[in-house]
Amino acid sequence: MLIYILKRLVYVTPVAIGVSIVCFLLVHITPGDPLSAILPSDATLELQEQMRAAYGFDKPLPVQYALWFWKVIHGDLGTSLATGRPVASEVGRAVSNTFILSTTATLIGFTFGTFFGFVAGYFRDSWLDKLASGISVLGVSVPHYWLGMVLVIIFSAQLGWLPPTGAGPDGSGGWRPDLEHLRYIILPAITMSVIPMGVISRTVRALVGDILNQEFVQALRAKGLGEYGVFKHVVTNAAPTALAIMGLQLGYLLGGSILIETVFSWPGTGFLLNAAIFQRDLPLLQGTILVLAMFFVALNLIVDVVQTALDPRIQRG
Amino acid sequence: MAIATADIALPATKRVSRGYWTDVGRRLSRDPVAMTAACIVLLIVLAAIFAPYVAPADPYKGSMIRRLKPIWDANYILGSDELGRDMLTRLIYGGRLSLFMGGLPVALAFVIGSSVGIFAGYVGGWANTLIMRTIDVFYAFPSVLLAIALSGALGAGILNAIVSLTIVFIPQITRVAEAVTTQIRTRDYVEAARVSGAGPLTIIRVHVLGNVLGPIFVYATSLISVSMILASGLSFLGLGSKPPEPEWGLMLNTLRTAIYVQPLVAALPGAMIFITSISFNLFSDGLRSAMEVKQ
Repeated sequence: MLIYILKRLVYVTPVAIGVSIVCFLLVHITPGDPLSAILPSDATLELQEQMRAAYGFDKPLPVQYALWFWKVIHGDLGTSLATGRPVASEVGRAVSNTFILSTTATLIGFTFGTFFGFVAGYFRDSWLDKLASGISVLGVSVPHYWLGMVLVIIFSAQLGWLPPTGAGPDGSGGWRPDLEHLRYIILPAITMSVIPMGVISRTVRALVGDILNQEFVQALRAKGLGEYGVFKHVVTNAAPTALAIMGLQLGYLLGGSILIETVFSWPGTGFLLNAAIFQRDLPLLQGTILVLAMFFVALNLIVDVVQTALDPRIQRG
Repeated sequence: MAIATADIALPATKRVSRGYWTDVGRRLSRDPVAMTAACIVLLIVLAAIFAPYVAPADPYKGSMIRRLKPIWDANYILGSDELGRDMLTRLIYGGRLSLFMGGLPVALAFVIGSSVGIFAGYVGGWANTLIMRTIDVFYAFPSVLLAIALSGALGAGILNAIVSLTIVFIPQITRVAEAVTTQIRTRDYVEAARVSGAGPLTIIRVHVLGNVLGPIFVYATSLISVSMILASGLSFLGLGSKPPEPEWGLMLNTLRTAIYVQPLVAALPGAMIFITSISFNLFSDGLRSAMEVKQ
C-alpha cells in the first residue's frame, strides 16, 4: 500500500507542476501587460518601466516562473493589485467559506443521489426507475445558476421564508455553525447539491444493476439469504465507487462554485474570482485558481488511494 | 451446428444489410423520448435561424413606459424586460448566440480532440505519453473553473468565451478518442491490414475512423448540454456577450433585479437554457443506446 501511495505521488508531481505552469501562464495570455490594468493611462514610460521591474515583469518568462514557483512553495502567492493585501490570506478566508458550502452540498447530493440510485437500480425498468432516472437527468441538465434564482424567487421573494443572499446576518462575513447562519446556507447548498445528486444517482443505478446481475448474488439468494442480507452485500460492493464519485464531485463543486456564489453573494472563492476578474486583479485570479486546482489534484490523489484501500479488487500496480 | 446456424442466419443477414446507420436511425425513430427531444431542439434551432420572420417585434426596441409587463399582457405574449423590450422576441433571437456559443466549442473540440486523440492512440509510444500527460494537466482543473479562469484572463467577449470552452472540451474528447483508438489498434483486422501492406493513413482512414468516430461523436453530443450551460453561465457572469445583445445567460443576469416585480418573466431565459440543455441530454442518451455504445 505504501508503495502504491508513493507511485501515485510520483505520477501526480508532474501534473501538479503542469497545473502551476498553466496558472502562471494565465497572467501572460492576457492582452497587453498585467500591469496595464492598474496603471493610469497617462503614466510615463519611465514609471511603467519602474513598475515592471518592481513586479519582475521585465525578466524572461522561465525566470519569472522559477521566481514565482519558489515563492509559491513558500506560501507566498503575491499581493493583490486591488487591495494591496497578500493573496494567500484573501484566498484562505474565502476557501473556508466555499469548503463549508461545497461539503454541505456534496453530503445532501450524496444522500439523495444514493437513495434514488439504489431505488432505480433495484427496480430496473419500473416506474420508480423511470422517476429516479428522470430526476437525475434533470439534475445534470439544469443550469444551476438559474435554479438558484428560481429558489430565491420562491422561498425568498414570494414566501419570505429564507434570506436571498449572503452567508449570515452580517452580510458577507464568514459562516458560523449556528441556527441563524444555518438559514443562509440552505438555499445555496440545495442549489449546489443538484449536480452531484444527478451524477451519483446515475452511477449508483448502473452499479447496483451490475452487481445484482452477478453470479454471486444468485448464489447468495440460492443459499437462502434474505433480501436484507443481499442488500448488505450490494452496499459493500457499491460503496468504494460511490464514495470515489462523491470525492470527485466535492472537487468539482469546490472549483465550480463561482456561478452559485455569485447568485447568492456567498463570500467564497467564486465571489473572490468574480471580483478578481472584473477589477483585472491578475495575481488574485492566479492565486485563487492555483489553490483550487491544487485542491482538486490532491483530492483526486486521496480518492484514488482511499478507493484502492477500500476495494480489494483494484490492482495496486 | 455451425452449418445449421449459418443456414438460419442467411435470410436475417439480408435484412440487416441495409447498413449500420439505417439501423441506428430506425432504433432512434422508435425512441419516443429521443424523438421528442430532437423535435424540441430542431424547433429552437429553426426559430433562432428564422428569428426575423418568426419574432413578433424588434429585439432591441424598448419602451420606457412599458417596462416589466407580465406574461399574457395585451401587447407582449411573454411579457417585457427591464427596458420594455418584447421577451418572446428576445428569447427567439437569444437562441442564435446561445446555441452558437454552446455548440461551436463542442464542434471545434470534436475536430481537434479526435485528431489529437486518434493520433496519440494510433502512434502510441513516447508521443502518446507526451500528449496524454499534457492532457492530464488540463484534466486536473474542474471544467467550470478552467472555463472561467481562461475567459477571465483573456477578457470578456464572445470569441474569448468560445476559445475558453473549446480548450476546456479538447482534453475530454482527446481522452475518449485515445482510449477507443488504442482498443481498435490492437485488433486482428488492423494487424492483418498492416501485414498485407496498408500504410498508416490507409489503416486510419479505412479501419480506425469508421470504428472510433461513432463513440467519440456520441460523447461529443453529450457535451453540448454542458457547453450550453457553461456558455450562458459565462454570459451570466458578464464574460460572454455584451448588452444589448439578446443572449439567454445575459438576459437572465440583467433580469435578476426584476425577481421581486416580475418573477415569472425573470425566470424565462433560464428556462430556455434548461429546455435546450435537457433536450440535448435526452437526445444524446437516445443516440447512445441506438448506436449501442457502451459507457
